[in-house]
Amino acid sequence: MKGAILAAVQAARASGRPAVLATAIPEGTQALISPDGAGWAVQGDAVPAALFDPVRAALASDENGIVEAAGGRWFLHVHNPPLRLIVVGAVHIAQPLAPMAAMAGFATTIVDPRGAFATAERFPGVTLSDLWPDEAMDAFRPDARTAVVTLTHDPKLDDPALDRALKSPAFYIGALGSRKTHAARLKRLAEMGHGPEVLARIRGPVGLSIEAVTPAEIALSILAEVVAVRRNAPLAQRPAGASAAPAAA
Amino acid sequence: MTTPNTDKTSAASGPAKPYSPLAAEREDVLAEAARWLAAGERVAIATVVQTWGSSPRPEGSQMAITASGRISGSVSGGCIEGAVAEEAMAVMTEGKPRLLSFGVTHERAWEVGLACGGKVQVFVEALT
Repeated sequence: MKGAILAAVQAARASGRPAVLATAIPEGTQALISPDGAGWAVQGDAVPAALFDPVRAALASDENGIVEAAGGRWFLHVHNPPLRLIVVGAVHIAQPLAPMAAMAGFATTIVDPRGAFATAERFPGVTLSDLWPDEAMDAFRPDARTAVVTLTHDPKLDDPALDRALKSPAFYIGALGSRKTHAARLKRLAEMGHGPEVLARIRGPVGLSIEAVTPAEIALSILAEVVAVRRNAPLAQRPAGASAAPAAA
Repeated sequence: MTTPNTDKTSAASGPAKPYSPLAAEREDVLAEAARWLAAGERVAIATVVQTWGSSPRPEGSQMAITASGRISGSVSGGCIEGAVAEEAMAVMTEGKPRLLSFGVTHERAWEVGLACGGKVQVFVEALT
């Protein structure tokens, strides 16, 4: 690997630009390939055009691996920007959740307009935003690599965030609250115009069922569910419509 | 990630970064490799490029090795790192990359086989 390629990889990662490092196996020919408008930007050695489709697929699946292209074998090493986690509510559960999520590779932002909660003292080293949740969601624009979790229990804060999240391609949307709370929440969101299929995207009650009790355990169950959904684990699959219809509770 | 309202954005433990320094192990390995290279070390990078069975580290896992014997990252659960480092020394000397295969059927299984029963291919290249 040439120092210039290594620098290019680091630059792409620092700027949050998706890129794939393609290495010919076993020759070692190497280039960093990144989407550039409708085409591709290639830094380093020349690569066959047949490599671009596999590169696109690798970026989409976020999976590294060897592909065959133009008679050669290439190792594609995906450097996507980090997954994101947007947590609404600088509450107790968010305190363990933020560092746990960071360790699992999530760029985490805690959103809470209530100044007493979102303090650097309570969240050392964590990115905080005091925007209202709807403004925050408009600013951060959750994409297919973003998870959104609401923890406030306060419809004034949770509902606008969930409304925006449901209109986004976020891969995970979770909302803290009991079944009863969740049923009432689904009803309110339905009144905002979200249909049953859309509402079924919300994981509520949030987290895997591990009988979590303490804030750290609940944070663990939430993060475990986010990972399970991300990795398509059987554990994360729910019967269709399990939480879709506002229950007659 | 930064918020538009930067006055109210805090990152108490240091300057704001686009993501956590803990976030991506491979970033740490490559960053470490770059630092070592800048400090005048000879450096090789080993990357898991293919796995079969129950290999402990997935494709893309990386380890950086210096000629002086420093190691960062990993390509297995600790089973083959020593052998990979040894090969890396030769790669740094010759400048030519190598593709290494490890598994229970490997002839050196007694020394560097994977206890998990998996198989793994590791590409080792010099950083130049």
